[in-house]
Amino acid sequence: MSVSSSPGYKYDEYGQNSSVPYSSSFANELGYGDDVVAQAAPVSVENKPRILLMGLRRSGKSSIQKVVFHKMSPNETLFLESTSKLIKNEISNSSFVQFQIWDFPGQVDILDPAFDVDLIFGGCGALVYIIDAQDDYSDALLKLSQTVTRARTVNPNITFEVFIHKVDGLTDDHKIEVQRNIQQQAQEDLAEAGVDDVHLSFYLTSIYDHSIFEAFSKVIQKLIPQLPTLENLLDMLVSNSKIEKAFLIDVVSKIYVATDHTFVDMSTYELCSDMIDVVIDISCIYGMADDPDGMAYDRGSSAIIRLSNKMVLYLREVNRYLALVALLREEDFDKHGLIDYNFSCFRKAIAEVFVKGAPPQ
Amino acid sequence: MRLAATIDVEHSHVRFLGNLVLNLWDCGGQDIFMENYFTSQREQIFSGVEVLIYVFDIESVEFDEDLQHYRSCIDALQACSSNAHVFCLVHKMDLVPEHLREQTFKQRERDLRQVSLPMVITCFATSIWDETLYKAWSCIAYSLTPNVKVLEQSLNRFCNICEADEVVVFERATFLVISHSTRVEHSDQHRFEKISNIIKQFKLCCSKSAAQFQSMELRNSNFAAFIDYLSSNTYVMVVMSDPSITSATTAMNIGAARAHFENLFLAE
Repeated sequence: MSVSSSPGYKYDEYGQNSSVPYSSSFANELGYGDDVVAQAAPVSVENKPRILLMGLRRSGKSSIQKVVFHKMSPNETLFLESTSKLIKNEISNSSFVQFQIWDFPGQVDILDPAFDVDLIFGGCGALVYIIDAQDDYSDALLKLSQTVTRARTVNPNITFEVFIHKVDGLTDDHKIEVQRNIQQQAQEDLAEAGVDDVHLSFYLTSIYDHSIFEAFSKVIQKLIPQLPTLENLLDMLVSNSKIEKAFLIDVVSKIYVATDHTFVDMSTYELCSDMIDVVIDISCIYGMADDPDGMAYDRGSSAIIRLSNKMVLYLREVNRYLALVALLREEDFDKHGLIDYNFSCFRKAIAEVFVKGAPPQ
Repeated sequence: MRLAATIDVEHSHVRFLGNLVLNLWDCGGQDIFMENYFTSQREQIFSGVEVLIYVFDIESVEFDEDLQHYRSCIDALQACSSNAHVFCLVHKMDLVPEHLREQTFKQRERDLRQVSLPMVITCFATSIWDETLYKAWSCIAYSLTPNVKVLEQSLNRFCNICEADEVVVFERATFLVISHSTRVEHSDQHRFEKISNIIKQFKLCCSKSAAQFQSMELRNSNFAAFIDYLSSNTYVMVVMSDPSITSATTAMNIGAARAHFENLFLAE
């Protein structure tokens, strides 16, 4: 497949309004259209904040995007073709993640004058740079520092996230070594370029396990202005209901938008996100009421799973996109009328958080 | 992900429905082993067989040779265990383009049926990447389950008592569907294998957290499903769409039915 050298990435038609405060996009289209009076007209996809996926070719950008947001099985990503032009993804309609994900072809050159930096970085919330850990990463690091430097000048508010990807093939020691090398080299490169005040976050990821979801969860959380409020609400729910751990999870992507302040154990997060899979899959079979356009996940969705280790997983619908998944001890679940009452207060509070929208400008 | 080629015959034992033990003989497919099976090891391998499961690779370029080997198996089986059930899995169907799958499989099935005469066989199109394998194994399991007719009658009664839409019984370890009773027709013909697959995936995930699931209750505005153990070796899923029936009622009904089904499975 030949790569055209023409600037396929210059999208003038999306030029206006590229930077919109996150708050106004959160006030709308969050599943509250029926319950609550909608604030402004729905914000179109073009105006939502962006997450950019960049990196060298074959680093895994499109696969990540497909696995996390389009429910593709990791095995199927082997059949994905190389991305030849910029793909903008509208995952915002079915997911809480009200962002556009821009998947760049690997061979995009930042320094090419045809690359419209203002347009691309102007409305960007997070830049996720993907480095293939199984390959030689010196080129990747070079482009990383170029990209960060350039993006920084246009938009100082972008958060920079580096995914050290494809680590499923590496031993634990090797992973630590690679991360250390990359981190060190990246900091050095940036210092050399004179950009020392930029903070880069590094994550070890793979599409073959849960690490990619965990990494994306962290990236998204940094972009949600309401996060501290959500976390506080979860803390209150957790302590008053004797819950061990609770996550507010986006049901489509399985990214967790918020959690309480206790330690996050990866296997608990995995268990909670697997629970969502079971609930949605079985609801798709039996819960559609003969209506092919119906919703498997609706207002009445809930589930209780009892485990052999005396723990209970409890799922409740929070809104169209989010579910609360909580892990509790069996004995604490016995009085679940009380927990249900607390949950209804929590649910109302969450609704208010999103409707109120941004703090005054 | 890479399993090595089976060398000669691998024996394993699988507990099925508690008191049944299936001896699985996984016979390596290399030519040299195949030769031995029909000559020196014939009696040993083909006597006392209840079920023969023959796997064909849809991508094989030597289909005629495969058929010859298969024919030798059928001959040996006829001679040593003529009452055996024969199941043919036409496997790796995921490698066939979707629009050609049905006709490719039907053709294979015709060829195999022809070659197997006078033995009557059952064929399945399978792949490890989707739920088709569960369907095949469910049928195989069904043919091995004792008292299957009695089980079906009891299930029908149980379904009516619960006023459920559907009641499905799974074997505990494999989550293969052994039997079901349906009061309300459902459009999805493949739902049983899908459910086996879904629950199996979830069980795998649970084992990563060193826990196993014991029971599940899930619902949305249109339905409620209860999955709980029915006897020491089976699980049941009760699907209700009547919102006026509380979960406590269904849980009680399942509880009350357990003793009956436990006896059913223990009886010979």
